[in-house]
Amino acid sequence: MKVRAQIGMVLNLDKCIGCHTCSITCKNVWTSREGVEYAWFNNVETKPGIGFPKEWENQDKWNGGWVRNKKGKLELKIGAKRRVLANIFANPDLPEIDDYYEPFDFDYQHLHTAKDTKHQPIARPRSLISGQRMEKIEWGPNWEEILGTEFAKRKKDKNFDEVVQKDIYGQFEKTFMMYLPRLCEHCLNPACVAACPSGAIYKREEDGIVLIDQDKCRGWRMCVSGCPYKKIYYNWKTGKSEKCTFCYPRIEAGQPTTCSETCVGRIRYLGVLLYDADRIEEAANTPNEQDLYQAQLDIFLDPHDPEVQAAAREEGIAENWIQAAQRSPVYMMAMQWKVALPLHPEYRTLPMVWYVPPLSPIQSAVEAGHVGMNGEIPDLKSLRIPLRYLANMLTAGDEFPIVRALERMIAMRAYKRSQHVDGVEDLDVLKQVGLTQQQVEEMYRYMALANYEDRFVIPTSHRAYAENAYDMKGSCGFTFGNGCSDGNNDVNLFGAKKQSVRQVIPVTVKE
Amino acid sequence: MNYLNTFFFGIYPYIALAVMVIGTWIRYDREQFTWKTSSSQMLEKKQLRRGSIAFHIGILAIFVGHFVGLLTPSEVWYVLGISTSAKQIIAIVAGGIAGVICFYGLTILIVRRLKNPRIRANSSTMDIAILLLLYAQLILGLLSIFVSLDHLDGSTMVLLMSWAQNTLTFDATTAAAAMTDVHWIFKLHVTLGLTIFLVFPFTRLVHMLSVPMQYLRRQHQVVRQKAPR
Repeated sequence: MKVRAQIGMVLNLDKCIGCHTCSITCKNVWTSREGVEYAWFNNVETKPGIGFPKEWENQDKWNGGWVRNKKGKLELKIGAKRRVLANIFANPDLPEIDDYYEPFDFDYQHLHTAKDTKHQPIARPRSLISGQRMEKIEWGPNWEEILGTEFAKRKKDKNFDEVVQKDIYGQFEKTFMMYLPRLCEHCLNPACVAACPSGAIYKREEDGIVLIDQDKCRGWRMCVSGCPYKKIYYNWKTGKSEKCTFCYPRIEAGQPTTCSETCVGRIRYLGVLLYDADRIEEAANTPNEQDLYQAQLDIFLDPHDPEVQAAAREEGIAENWIQAAQRSPVYMMAMQWKVALPLHPEYRTLPMVWYVPPLSPIQSAVEAGHVGMNGEIPDLKSLRIPLRYLANMLTAGDEFPIVRALERMIAMRAYKRSQHVDGVEDLDVLKQVGLTQQQVEEMYRYMALANYEDRFVIPTSHRAYAENAYDMKGSCGFTFGNGCSDGNNDVNLFGAKKQSVRQVIPVTVKE
Repeated sequence: MNYLNTFFFGIYPYIALAVMVIGTWIRYDREQFTWKTSSSQMLEKKQLRRGSIAFHIGILAIFVGHFVGLLTPSEVWYVLGISTSAKQIIAIVAGGIAGVICFYGLTILIVRRLKNPRIRANSSTMDIAILLLLYAQLILGLLSIFVSLDHLDGSTMVLLMSWAQNTLTFDATTAAAAMTDVHWIFKLHVTLGLTIFLVFPFTRLVHMLSVPMQYLRRQHQVVRQKAPR
């Protein structure tokens, strides 16, 4: 057993209101620079939809993630190492900028400088890549927002596979939707790391954050294809790949990531998970895709187990990390209550950002007096979001864990409702879903009340012990791009332009 | 004109090589962030796929061909039983094929870089300059085939080999003397080639030094510790 710790995240989709505050604060902090205007380390998708970039979940198209090869060994879906190198001159699996969207800005200045005309002046869009006029904006990061675009296009959503009669869900009365905020999964078995020919991408041992060494990245762009979540973005200006950093400077200081901190719905949870690093490959290589969820649960370790604690100390995991692991909301939701599930476990990356599936209204037809009941709980088949759809997204198609999670959430509501409204402790409903009274009260505290200190249990990472502060004196701090180079003027010896300065391409408007 | 000959084939090679080695060293040491392929595939994919693969395969073959052809001592060829004229024919055929493949790819890449508005706006002066420089050099190389066809005995090739090998053994006088009477196309080709060496550290060409062969040997996963315990 080799114990490692990671800060994991859970997003409670049942409470996500799709406000995009997480995306905006993330963008303001990390990607408001030239070359990554199109990059959203965090974005919120309306489902069903093909998502951002287009059809990212369709691995028949993009070849992301891992597969088991004929010998039963794990292999990248883009190919074995030799094939990766063979494609280095032109990567066949690389999305183009239009699969995301062409970044644009508007000619706001025209509103100030327009001459006296018959019509009101308008600010027209122009491309931030070429600087040229864009007659029409064709796509954007949330083009499908609140069921935007026609269903015929959105139904290409991969999660609709095996959903019976999916065309029914295009009809006005039968339609459904949910929000899916997405960020880098900081996987235990990251495909991006394995795809990087330069070895520039790495996982940090102490907190599991996956980062790209900007000095070592050579721009071979295989990581973009390797990542099945399409959460690595190639900066077309600097020629280096960038990704979600899990706000590591904040995490190191014990603060939540920007997206979590600013989430108005309080849907995000951060906490420590202990896992057995020796069993990663075994878990990721589970033959049956539907067993991958359980296999990942199996390598998570119980922080209350004295044996695990002793092994963790032996690995040099600090005491405050072990304590944090015991109070970890992520551990509770994923391991104890089993309401949080991994996003697309079938990619075999063992993702570490998990999701609580959303409840949805009972369909109108059923509402008219035919609500099927399954004991104390309404029959989940009458939920508006098909179970199969959620299962395709979160459990590789296995509906059982979805049902268990949703039933537990319904049971929590039913229990608290009867407690508060009727003054009765409804123990039958708890029995049916296998929860104790104490557990459901805790679930209520963490998931319904969701206090700040319960949502974010982040131990500081004792940087001072790890680094020699004297050596750090006067050295360069955090910068973007090549900011630490002392030879980096506006006119660089090597013909590069400064990355930290936004250089808007001037456009001459001829009306 | 003798002093020009001495300069370009006796002195310039050392200037070019010195700038290349020292410049590359400094850039690698101090400017890692600028060390990259500068791929523009994200902005345009279709033309790049057609152009880039042909260009890279062609130019790699040409590079290896020049390296082996110019720097292998005549004695080795003699032991291998390959006569000078046979070697000349091999060079013309192999180099010609690789040259045409490279020409096809490079033409697409240049058209793409100049005509595609996204790529053009995102190109540095050096990105365009190095493409044109390589193009000019490639065309000169292809033209030299026609000159060589006039003397298939390989005599010019021997002179060029003598220049390259004597340059490497620091016998600049002999090296320069070998170049005195070769056709002007070869002189231009050699000078331009040295110029590419000269500008090498200031261009994106440096990425060729980072061919990620270690990828084949390394573990899939990379884990870093903050500090060794």
